[in-house]
Amino acid sequence: MIEIRSEIDPQNIYSVSELNQEIKTLIETTIPVVWLEGEVSNLKFHSSGHVYFSLKDKDSQISAVIWKSRFAGLNFTPQDGMKVIVLGRVTVFHKRGSYQFDTIKMKPAGVGDLQLAFEQLKQKLLDEGLFDETQKKPIPEFPESIGIVTSETGAAIQDLYNVLNRRFPGIEIILNPVKVQGEGAAHEIALAVDEFNEFKKVDVLIVGRGGGSLEDLWAFNEEEVARAVFRSEIPVISAVGHEVDFTICDFVADLRAPTPSAAAELAVPDRIEWLERITRMKHVIFERSAGKIQYERERLTSLVSSYHFLRTPDIIKDFQQRVDELTNTMQVSFRHRISLLQNRVLSLAQQLQSVAPESVLKRGYSICVREKDGVIVKDANYLVQNDKIKVKFFKGSMSGIVEEINND
Amino acid sequence: MAEKTFEQAIEELEGIVKELEEGELSLEKTIKKFERGMQLSKHCTEKLDQVEQKLKKLVKTDDGFQLEMM
Repeated sequence: MIEIRSEIDPQNIYSVSELNQEIKTLIETTIPVVWLEGEVSNLKFHSSGHVYFSLKDKDSQISAVIWKSRFAGLNFTPQDGMKVIVLGRVTVFHKRGSYQFDTIKMKPAGVGDLQLAFEQLKQKLLDEGLFDETQKKPIPEFPESIGIVTSETGAAIQDLYNVLNRRFPGIEIILNPVKVQGEGAAHEIALAVDEFNEFKKVDVLIVGRGGGSLEDLWAFNEEEVARAVFRSEIPVISAVGHEVDFTICDFVADLRAPTPSAAAELAVPDRIEWLERITRMKHVIFERSAGKIQYERERLTSLVSSYHFLRTPDIIKDFQQRVDELTNTMQVSFRHRISLLQNRVLSLAQQLQSVAPESVLKRGYSICVREKDGVIVKDANYLVQNDKIKVKFFKGSMSGIVEEINND
Repeated sequence: MAEKTFEQAIEELEGIVKELEEGELSLEKTIKKFERGMQLSKHCTEKLDQVEQKLKKLVKTDDGFQLEMM
């Protein structure tokens, strides 16, 4: 029973401050740090970074706060209507005489907080278009150099190396070693992807690790990794955990491989398969080229044996015959012409004969020649007295000296 | 040919196979393509036969990157 004093005792009057202070002390020392389950409502993100909300069940509610520094540690974002379990304690705001729940930790009730964080980031990046098919870069069919972002000591690098070596020995493999789990892993992975992009001299990137728990794989669900993979100019193959594990990194990557070994198979062609393909191509080239040569040979043969081609010698013979005939004709007419000419020459010779000096001499005329210069004397005036002359007869001649000249 | 990557060589080789399969080339071209095709297939096979496996580590330094053999 509480004793109610009706009379004022001036020694025992509380100030508001004193009362609130007593309430504060009483509450804060008697109610321990507790886990509290409730539904989030009236969620307010204050510009200071602190987050205010109410937690309620169907009959009651309590004001609550998460200070900025603690809110940053959550791996999901609370929303109105969300069922949560919070760890914290009741504090009294002395100035206002109100109390509120000071949240230390918050987890989603029902689903795990990692699962929730995953769903939330996935939705956010999906909305931003980071998973769009149009953003995916093609994986080169024949990379000359492959960049790998994983742990130097994990199973993944061994698997990758073995499969790459088996499928396509000779390809350059460059590892940028990172922590793949725990504090700072996401940052190292993102940085390594960026470094490869700065380095440039690889054709494709494989980012991943071997299997593990959701917590082990968590780094690959972090936004920082997703952003680095998205901005990579080099195509990225994501290879995280086992077949059943899907990470944010898988969704952002240009290609998802179910395991690191599968990533190696997707990254490089199979050497044996390609050797066989080249052999087949070589075979086709051989066959087609030989076929073409055979075809042309047959075409030639059929041309050579064609009627027109075979007739060619006949045509040539015809021509030869004509040439022979023409030659004959030509020779005959040539001979005829020659004999005509010969006859003409003969008759001209006869004509000449008739005017030759011998034939005149024969008829009794004689020729007188002035001996000093051989001039034939046709006029007595050619001569003077005592000129020597020679007189030719048809038969023989005589010499004499001019005695007298008569100009009649 | 030395500067041709495997991918480029394979592409050209596939082109030659296609052209020959279409069979519309002259004899001279066929022979030229044949010779080129043989050259390319040799080049590709040689590339596939390089067996030296290289695993290197990317190391960032003050003036760029270095590759360390592992």
